[in-house]
Amino acid sequence: MTELTSAPLPPLSAEDHLRGPAGAVAVLVYGDFECPYCAAFAAKLERVRLRVAFRHFPVRSSHPRAWAAASAAEAAARQERFWEMHDSLFADQGRLEDPHLWERARSLGLDLERFDADRRSPEIQARIRSDFEAGVRGGIVTTPTLIAGGARYAGRIDAQVLGELSAAAD
Amino acid sequence: MSGGPLPPGTPAPEFTLKREDGSDFTRADLLGHTTLLVFYPFAFSPVCTDQLGLYEEVLGDYLAKRDVVMYGVSCDAAWSQTAFREKLGVGIPQLSDFEPKGEACRAFGVYHPGGFPQRALVIVDPSGVVGWSYQAPSPRELPGANLIFDGLDQLAART
Repeated sequence: MTELTSAPLPPLSAEDHLRGPAGAVAVLVYGDFECPYCAAFAAKLERVRLRVAFRHFPVRSSHPRAWAAASAAEAAARQERFWEMHDSLFADQGRLEDPHLWERARSLGLDLERFDADRRSPEIQARIRSDFEAGVRGGIVTTPTLIAGGARYAGRIDAQVLGELSAAAD
Repeated sequence: MSGGPLPPGTPAPEFTLKREDGSDFTRADLLGHTTLLVFYPFAFSPVCTDQLGLYEEVLGDYLAKRDVVMYGVSCDAAWSQTAFREKLGVGIPQLSDFEPKGEACRAFGVYHPGGFPQRALVIVDPSGVVGWSYQAPSPRELPGANLIFDGLDQLAART
């Protein structure tokens, strides 16, 4: 494994998955598609006006399908459907086995063969590992972790925090 | 009261902890390889759960390659620790400071006045001397795995 000594989190870049209205406050989320707190948090995020970037932080011991789910989201991203897969995974975390992932891909209109090849590709595995390792170096320890400006919020994040962040842009 | 974890350069104290199989784990077991002791407040508290799972994900292969042995240490009974470890799905062996309660934690300077270990990390070098230590500002704050790599780096720079 590469050196994992402390380093600042990488700034937002074109590599990041980002959605939300232009002009809204940009926040960064480290999440895991099998983490129930992340799913609850994703639902809260949908109700506020923020620009959200998502990075992977899958931890296998608690969430054995977290890597597979992250790979599915990245494979969907190759077909411009990252956020659709993101939402689909968080909406139903009980169904993360391969046939469920294929079914999700099909319902999003993805090219299934390409989806399946992509999600197992070394490039996508490296992408997830890179998100994870950069998160570790930046001191991320749990999911979800929200980074907004210099502030960090981890675990069960209060909806009030999101409201305040979102209002800060107006 | 705890004055903070033993600082680098301090020889590890004499202590006795219990392994999961009930056998003793003492200072002698620290010798000959680098040891990472992960002190955590309670088995089954949600925060510890993430911490050990993350450490295993990040550190498992890395530590094995460098002959570093990692242990989780708490004042829970060995049976509880095993159940906790199995629930987490991690392999990090556990050491229990159950009776006399907290004595080893006190010796390492990481016993919280509330009756449980501080959230602390201690790296002991192969000669039994503390090479690096860290205590979280509060038991609710998880030390990132990056700190362990910083600590191992600092230890390597000195030896």
